[in-house]
Amino acid sequence: MAEYIAPKSLLDPSKKQTFCPGCGHGIVVRLLHELIWELGYEDNNCFILGVGCSCHLCSMACGDYYMAPHGRASAAATGAKRIRPDMLTISYQGDGDAAVIGFSETMNAAYRNENITLVMINNTNFGMTGGQMSWTTMPGEVTATSINGRDCDKTGYPVHLPEMMANSFSHIAYAARGSVHDVKHINETKKYLKNALEAQIHQEGYSMVEVLCQCPTNWHMSPVKAQERIKNELIPEYPLGEFKKRGEAK
Amino acid sequence: MAKELLKGNVAAAEAACRAGMNFFAGYPITPSTEILEYLSHRLPELGRTFIQGENEIATINMVMGAAACGGRCLTASSGPGISLKASGYSYAAENCLPFVVINVQRWGCGLGSLLSGQSDYFRDVKGGGHGDFHHIVYAPTDIQELVDMTYNAFDIAEKYRCGVTILSEALLGQMMESVELPPFKEREVPLDWGIDGTGKVGLKLTPPPKRSGDYFARREPAYIEIEATLQQWDAVETADAEHVIVAFGLPSRVCRDAVKTLRAEGIKAGLIVPKTLCPYPFDAFKALPEGVKSFLSVETNHIGMMVEDVALASRKAKQFAPVYCMNYGPGIPRTTEVCAYVKNIIAGTVKERF
Repeated sequence: MAEYIAPKSLLDPSKKQTFCPGCGHGIVVRLLHELIWELGYEDNNCFILGVGCSCHLCSMACGDYYMAPHGRASAAATGAKRIRPDMLTISYQGDGDAAVIGFSETMNAAYRNENITLVMINNTNFGMTGGQMSWTTMPGEVTATSINGRDCDKTGYPVHLPEMMANSFSHIAYAARGSVHDVKHINETKKYLKNALEAQIHQEGYSMVEVLCQCPTNWHMSPVKAQERIKNELIPEYPLGEFKKRGEAK
Repeated sequence: MAKELLKGNVAAAEAACRAGMNFFAGYPITPSTEILEYLSHRLPELGRTFIQGENEIATINMVMGAAACGGRCLTASSGPGISLKASGYSYAAENCLPFVVINVQRWGCGLGSLLSGQSDYFRDVKGGGHGDFHHIVYAPTDIQELVDMTYNAFDIAEKYRCGVTILSEALLGQMMESVELPPFKEREVPLDWGIDGTGKVGLKLTPPPKRSGDYFARREPAYIEIEATLQQWDAVETADAEHVIVAFGLPSRVCRDAVKTLRAEGIKAGLIVPKTLCPYPFDAFKALPEGVKSFLSVETNHIGMMVEDVALASRKAKQFAPVYCMNYGPGIPRTTEVCAYVKNIIAGTVKERF
């Protein structure tokens, strides 16, 4: 087995990891750093960050980053990519950012088939503000704004972004959902992310990967329990896989 | 170059193209829509980027993303659309992103109306969004000025790394006048900042000199220079004026005629036409003679907005005559109405605001 060589940007001591212990964000950031180097884009990439835990990435970006207002990262990424079409442009957002306040901007970027990549971290809550209900919160899930458990009849049911996009916008290049709760799924998610980034590099159109991530802090459980929750509770609601494969765009 | 007969909105859009603008994102709204329509074919023809976005919030963020990467960016809208963009103004200010926005003002609150007006003064001149910042704001009085101000706005925006608002008006955008269009130009000096993907240049935000993390502290030197150097105005018959009218935009054209008419009747009227509203032309008031008996702000809104700046500017210039406001509402007052108002001031039949 080949020896693992970490990308230089991950070894840079000036880049500080500021996510909570046990958070899934850090794994996804690592995967993205690895892929950016593997694809040769370490000097030609920009993360467009949402507001929320995703904006912690500003201290550990690989190339450039730009912090968009809450929910507007896909719109800002659109502008950035149009001015610099060769720059690998990743809109890195949480579920609250991309699927709640920025639902319109996110869906419209896919609708226009912008040649950008959305990476949406789904941890079923608004993490940075202390764990409020999101559109991705599970039925019955207790959050700071659903203290008796989410009542989906009154608040809506979990939103499934990759499926919506794949089913609604036949022209987009790629849509998938991964998870980072164990090694097998981390490796699987890396493949999805690679497909998404390659789709952008080859100008195939809009690509997105939703990643189920553990949030031990706001789920009020240990990191191990949080991993188990993804496996036992989240994946049945949020099936993993590719909903739109490359080459399927109409 | 020969003059052309052009509609205000179209002339402004073409002036922006000639200024090297290479990115526009917008959304339809009367009475600004011709800018969007014209650029939808003109920018692709020039090999530049045009996006019709899903809403005003998205389009200002597209502009900001493009500006962060070094684009020379424009957006345009009208009253309600600008309110949606205003949150973006604040984020752009935080990141010192230059861009130009044309507000073809419609009159009124909420959806407002399609009548011409100046009811966006407070919002556009005093900042627009949350936090400590303001745009540089130009107020054209005719289409040639609309062209010239738009043409220069991009250089100014990039020099000071801030937003520049062209405060147009519904009638100015919709009417036609003969104008001379400037030649095509490019950005003269390349930006020494901008996201290029390397992570080595970036936005190059100057660290705040005194208070940490404070946008205004970072921007204070630029703001001081802006106020000291960018004030623009026209002064008409002010050398011996006793009754000074102050008006910007389209109503100022009526006020020029009013000054002539009043002078012919022996009333020593004068006029200050602010061409920049932010910075406000305080220096224009310093040049006034002693013995001014009244100031009159003529505005096409209902509550009277610029009158507060007229009061401030006159007091700053140690002029203590009463300040009146002809808050006309939508439309454009007639010369006779402005003259009548000045005569009422002299007769003491109207109440001063300050």
